[in-house]
Amino acid sequence: MNRLSRTALSPAGPPAGSRARARLQLSKRTGGVAVVAALALAAAGCGGSSGQPASSGSSSAAAHKGGTFTILASSAFGVADPAQNYTLEEWQLLIDTHDGLVQFKRVGGLPGTTIVPDLATAVPKPTDGGKTYTFTIRRGIKFSDGTTLKPSDFVRTFERQFTVPGPTSFYSEIVGASKCKPKKCDLSQGVVANDSASTLTIHLTTPDAEFLDKLALPFAYAVPASTPFKLTGNHVPPGTGPYMWKSYNPNTQAVLVRNPYFHVWNPQAQPAGNPDKIIEKYGLQVSDEVTQVENGSANEVFDGDVIPSDRLSELNSPKYAHQVHVNPLTADWYFALNTKRPPFNNVKARQAINYAANRAAYVKIGGGSSLAVPTCQVLPPNFPGYKPYCPYTAGTDHTKWTAPDLAKARQLVQQSGTNGAKVVVNTDIPDKALGEQMVSDLNKIGYKATLQALSGSVQYPFVQNSTNLGKWNVAWSAWYQDYPAPSDFLNVLLGCGSIHQGSDASPNIAEFCNQSIQSQISKAESLSLTNPTAANSIWAQIDHEDTDQAPWVDMYNPKQIDLLSSNVEGYQWNPQWYILIDQMWLK
Amino acid sequence: MATMLGQAEAAPEPASEQLPEITGRSPWALAARRLWRNRIAMASLVLFLLIVVVCLAAPLYAHDIAHVNPFVNNLNGTTIVNGKKVPLMQQGGGVLHLGETPIGPTWDLRHYFLGADAQGRDVAARLLYGGRSSLGIGIGSAVICCFIATVVALIAGYFGRAVDAVLSRLMDLVWAFPVYLLAISISTVLLTSANGLQVGPLHIAASSLWLPTLIIALIYLPYVYRPVRGHVLAATEKEFVEAAVSQGASDLRVIFSDILPNVVSVVIVLLPLMIATTILTESALSYLSVGVQPPNASWGTIISDGQDLLYTRPWVAIAPGIMIVLVVLSLNVLGDGVRDALDPRARLRVEE
Repeated sequence: MNRLSRTALSPAGPPAGSRARARLQLSKRTGGVAVVAALALAAAGCGGSSGQPASSGSSSAAAHKGGTFTILASSAFGVADPAQNYTLEEWQLLIDTHDGLVQFKRVGGLPGTTIVPDLATAVPKPTDGGKTYTFTIRRGIKFSDGTTLKPSDFVRTFERQFTVPGPTSFYSEIVGASKCKPKKCDLSQGVVANDSASTLTIHLTTPDAEFLDKLALPFAYAVPASTPFKLTGNHVPPGTGPYMWKSYNPNTQAVLVRNPYFHVWNPQAQPAGNPDKIIEKYGLQVSDEVTQVENGSANEVFDGDVIPSDRLSELNSPKYAHQVHVNPLTADWYFALNTKRPPFNNVKARQAINYAANRAAYVKIGGGSSLAVPTCQVLPPNFPGYKPYCPYTAGTDHTKWTAPDLAKARQLVQQSGTNGAKVVVNTDIPDKALGEQMVSDLNKIGYKATLQALSGSVQYPFVQNSTNLGKWNVAWSAWYQDYPAPSDFLNVLLGCGSIHQGSDASPNIAEFCNQSIQSQISKAESLSLTNPTAANSIWAQIDHEDTDQAPWVDMYNPKQIDLLSSNVEGYQWNPQWYILIDQMWLK
Repeated sequence: MATMLGQAEAAPEPASEQLPEITGRSPWALAARRLWRNRIAMASLVLFLLIVVVCLAAPLYAHDIAHVNPFVNNLNGTTIVNGKKVPLMQQGGGVLHLGETPIGPTWDLRHYFLGADAQGRDVAARLLYGGRSSLGIGIGSAVICCFIATVVALIAGYFGRAVDAVLSRLMDLVWAFPVYLLAISISTVLLTSANGLQVGPLHIAASSLWLPTLIIALIYLPYVYRPVRGHVLAATEKEFVEAAVSQGASDLRVIFSDILPNVVSVVIVLLPLMIATTILTESALSYLSVGVQPPNASWGTIISDGQDLLYTRPWVAIAPGIMIVLVVLSLNVLGDGVRDALDPRARLRVEE
């Protein structure tokens, strides 16, 4: 649950949430990544508008093998060590070169959020009250350097989480993790490997309903036990997937070639790839990437690169429309309201700006109705626990937003006694258009709002740190799921435990803490282990109560554009990994 | 012949009575006369003043002609084109309907003459307001820079020795950094922080135009200081300075009464060129989002706003670009004219 960055990891420490961003359309979006247990998701599914998978599987993959698949990305993803890298950009490649104990099903659409066994023979049921997981490791699997995979390799893999500067909080509940230091880590009590029996037992200090989701993240992908504790830099340790890293130079390109030791053991988790070689080239302007992909000189514009708005008109044309795929993201773009400081320590003031927010304008800034959907609530559509709810709209239909209700907003401002209050709207510079719209919305209902635009690298730590609470009233932010569990939004972003005083990694920006809601969160989390369906009902209730308390002004849920060359087939959209690169083939 | 000789011989006294009295002209008057006769320089001055006047009229245009507020988003607004009401933002067409495109130029002064930007704001009105910012910062920073640099150069050049060494090394320190790198570094710290600049009781908000003005003035100090100091050093060795000192004139009197008038022409020559340079720098910084901060506009920020619209609405970026070119070109030509006027031998030297 650390902050996810498309370009580079922020060694944040405590949970900070996945709010990395990459430009999309007129504003910014996050190259977020997700994980999930076998959760009963809502029916709508991914693959929206034109983005339905061109092919739903790789059954005839043998006939599609060969060729070089070329991706264009405007910049590289920083240090390549999988224990540190926290970017969609590298993760999309790491899933093809490495494997975890479990994996998200490697298919498009909602089934792609299901956890399936990968290097383990089965997905285990936790024992010891949810604190112990015992895996049986498959035999006969080799790393790309020819060494055989052993359960003890995982011990080093997990220990490296704590010796390499990275998002250690994902696995901090493993027994012994709290004593780990950057120079030394011993998890022999928490991660117990039996190479002869080929088993691996992981002991946790407390039950974690999302632990399997976390194991499916690339941080937990197996590397050889000989891998050093220290950062490997741009050298990626050997993995077990169908490809291996031939080279990675952040200034030029990454090259993946076939792993000669790979064989398919579970096609749901790790199917064989189609291209013989995958190249990701760095350094072009996104507009040039679009031109090259349109011309067929390359095959894909990287997911996280935002296609400039003035190139969208040509993508709308029949000539290129069939090469474009649009999919909804389980993400939120929102303004956090500072609940510790007037005027928004008053719930009526918070509700007032929610009524006044012109979400149609925010949607236009976000690229229009084809690329953003207005929302009032925290959980995004197609998410566990999601039930449509929007009380802050004109009209009587409270399931969707239609228009602002300025009369109601002004009435609430008067009732709150905050009319004429000075309000500072904080945003990062690339999203200043959203901030300016919020200033306009606030001024319409009687506040005196001004904009405070900070540089992108400064803004997120700034608004998270409680010592700066006196300097802003409204702060722009965005959140992309780490994995499709409601707690990833409702607890991480609005739970009392997500407030870390004085820390730059305090994802509850609004510092909203409601004890009644918090007790429901605890109840839902414990129920998630045994009865996910019942837990989701509670999450839905929490979502609506949070919306009523209005610690945020939710703006919209964004969508993702994928652009491929005309000779690409087999496109699949996985909610966790987005494009499944190695499952595509070239005509 | 005799007559001529006789006239010539007799000429001195009667001629001196008939010829108009020769009036002495100051070097400034001669320079002004030379500048006035330089048609190209005067045309540049007229162009520059015209742009200044037009930009100063920005509120008049926005409020009384276009009836828009160019600092507020107007994403759901409409305007009139050929008598028909049309939305300012138009959803993408074709098969996918991706994106929103702002309306292009209508070439109607009352209705979004140059079209709208991605936030539905009138580009023409923002262009004029942006000009106020760009010109204000450019002229302000150049004047501040020239003033401070001249004062420091006078002190360093006149007192020499340790004073000169310390002040010159300080200037060298600033000079050691590449101009844009230094400007971007300082701007990033001050303009994109929440606090702006706080020096004792003095506080300048991050959104204030004073911050980029002062930053740009600071980074160009050595570029004015160096040539002015050179002239001060030369002037300090002159006899009239020695004479003033020997007569007991105070240091301040010598500096400001004897030396300053002899170096001020250098500053005057540099000023228009510095204004052109500082306007370019301001535009570059604003384009990089570390100059003028929203909701204020400058030509640089408008170009930045228009960058994502280059394929569909190129005028958003082109219009401020043209304004920058015209202003910088006119100031450079004017600067050359001023230099020729104040020191006509300089051109001869160049030609030789």
